[in-house]
Amino acid sequence: MSSVFRIILQRIALGVLTLFIVSIVIFTAVNMLPGDFAQAILGQAATPEAIAAIRQDLGLDQPPVSRYFTWLAGAVQGDLGSSFAQANFASFVGAESGGTEVTVATQIAPRFANTMFLAGVTACIAVPFSIFLGVLAALYRNSAFDKAANVFTLSSISSPEFFLAYVLILFLAVLNPVLPSLSNIYDGMGFGERLQKTLLPALTLTLVVTAHMMRMTRAAIINLLASPYIEMARLKGISPLRVIVKHALPNALAPIINVVALNLAYLITGVVVVEVVFVYPGIGQLFVDGVKNRDIPLVQACCLIFAAAYILLNLTADIMSLLSNPRLRHPK
Amino acid sequence: MSMILWILLMVLALGLAGWAFRLAGQNITGNSPYFRDMPYGVAFGYALAAGALLGGLWLWFQPGAVFFRWAFQGVVIFAIVAWLFRLLGRAVGTAGTRKLFREMPLTASFGILIILIYAVLAIFAGAIAPHGQEEVFARVNILPGGNPETGGDPAFPLGTDQIGRDLLSRLIYGAQNTVGIAFVTTCLAFLLGGSLGFLAATLQGWLDQVLSRAVDVLMAIPSLIFALLLMTIASAWAGSEKWLLTVYMILIIAVIDSTRVFRLARAVGLNIVVMDYIEAAKLRGEGLPYLIFKEILPNAYAPLLAEFGLRFCFVFLTIASLSFLGVGIQPPLADWGTMVRDLSQFINFAAFSPLTAALPLLAAGAIALLTVAVNFVVDWMLHRTSGLKD
Repeated sequence: MSSVFRIILQRIALGVLTLFIVSIVIFTAVNMLPGDFAQAILGQAATPEAIAAIRQDLGLDQPPVSRYFTWLAGAVQGDLGSSFAQANFASFVGAESGGTEVTVATQIAPRFANTMFLAGVTACIAVPFSIFLGVLAALYRNSAFDKAANVFTLSSISSPEFFLAYVLILFLAVLNPVLPSLSNIYDGMGFGERLQKTLLPALTLTLVVTAHMMRMTRAAIINLLASPYIEMARLKGISPLRVIVKHALPNALAPIINVVALNLAYLITGVVVVEVVFVYPGIGQLFVDGVKNRDIPLVQACCLIFAAAYILLNLTADIMSLLSNPRLRHPK
Repeated sequence: MSMILWILLMVLALGLAGWAFRLAGQNITGNSPYFRDMPYGVAFGYALAAGALLGGLWLWFQPGAVFFRWAFQGVVIFAIVAWLFRLLGRAVGTAGTRKLFREMPLTASFGILIILIYAVLAIFAGAIAPHGQEEVFARVNILPGGNPETGGDPAFPLGTDQIGRDLLSRLIYGAQNTVGIAFVTTCLAFLLGGSLGFLAATLQGWLDQVLSRAVDVLMAIPSLIFALLLMTIASAWAGSEKWLLTVYMILIIAVIDSTRVFRLARAVGLNIVVMDYIEAAKLRGEGLPYLIFKEILPNAYAPLLAEFGLRFCFVFLTIASLSFLGVGIQPPLADWGTMVRDLSQFINFAAFSPLTAALPLLAAGAIALLTVAVNFVVDWMLHRTSGLKD
């Protein structure tokens, strides 16, 4: 047990190190911006005093290294700075105003929960569905069903998310109004209503990730079907379904878990476009708005969160596939 | 809720139909082995296929199902054309290409045909398109269809957009811009990632370590997110020069995607450098360029070509997504991603004017069609080179 424990600790340490370096990359990238934030915010006509004041207030007069550590220390404690677009710059130019400052953290928190809800709903639909389809395709391999599923999944995997989204909107929202095409989610909404408004984006994401998971499930099971113990099970006279579900599937679990985790990581990227299509109030939309408004602290924070989630899921995939390997769990 | 009930009922009915089908088959054929040994899953499959056929037939005759009819006609026409194209390939050409076409599945010949059509459209866009991509006409928002009675104009078969540009021309020019830019970006990514990957595989040592760790870090950030972050910075660098932003986008996506190419090129290269003929070439005293271009590259051709197809799809989709989000290819260049975003509101008119609603889907479908085609061809190529027959 200790050896696998050590490997897992190593992986986690590596993940933390990667996240640390990624944060440096993000910070450096943002600091390659030409000129000055302060100048950019206030425009050409700003007085030097105003620029100096805003620079001091944002800490821009500090050297980059100390600014990085201030940012990192804040980010670890959940303080991601204040958003440029929302900040009340009246206070910087002199006149005191009573408006409260909007921090990045307060902007992100509710939207992060929304995005997690969307990803959760998607995972609940996509994972069982794709494993079921994968097992079926492996069971009836090379049949008309398998070939049709192959063409269908290859098509949905290679279509852009917005194409799938608009096709779903066309058929499920405009022509047959079953589901709303806009996901206007607000606080204090009932679970059922919330689920109904999330369903269309979740279905789009399901179409995107199902294909990959299903193909991998099918491939992992078919890979095993040539093994001697499967041959033995067949010779015993077990039905093909039982051979696959009882004998092949448990051993194919490691690659399947791996691909599920990787696809959940992929969801993070897919979520950006889908949220924009459905105007879903999630973190992806916030990120795109930040990119358009050049709201640097917001973009920086969202990028860090996306990268952290991505690294975390990849790490989970790694650890899960380690744990599902009995040779590693029970060393001699 | 009633919809879920209907679906459940339908599945139940199909299940019963499958069971009845098997029972009937057993009774009619006098318990022939085919029906006697038929698993229930197969029987259900037959029932499902019959149900889908009947459902499709019923849908075909529904007055409102215009889109279903179009989609079905499109699939059938494409299948027939791909079949004819394969027939042509089997009859014309050298012995090698004829053999290739004989072994080709229909999906692959469909893919090749689509890629050829896109290539012709992209190269000769200026000659094919009826108007220029930036040409603005006096009448705005002409409806598609070309029928003056329904608000169309025969000169503009797909209508004009909100500032009076011909949509058909923009769709055709989109092939040139979107596909062309994606192609250039992929080539750049391969040039960068491929050469660095082979270099790392050949030299190994600290260079390999440094490059590999750098690539690990860059790959830890989701590519679309990283591209969006860098585009924020690029838009500040470019200022008001819109064309400069497109150039930056090409460079950014090329660098991000070159990390994936580097991984593959290095892995393939590592397998090749341990071969005896590399050893022999080194003993002959050949230089590094000779080793990479004359010894490693020809042997890494097959996996790299397949990767080129897949990488092109990824780059193409990333560029389309960026443009869709409004930070990619900049106007006035015509581009499919931007077109989808600009036309997306028309989808709400599907019930009154299906042609208008089809406009955003046409642009998005143009993107999907090309990536699907490339994927079909790559799938077939991988299948062929790996020698898998199952």
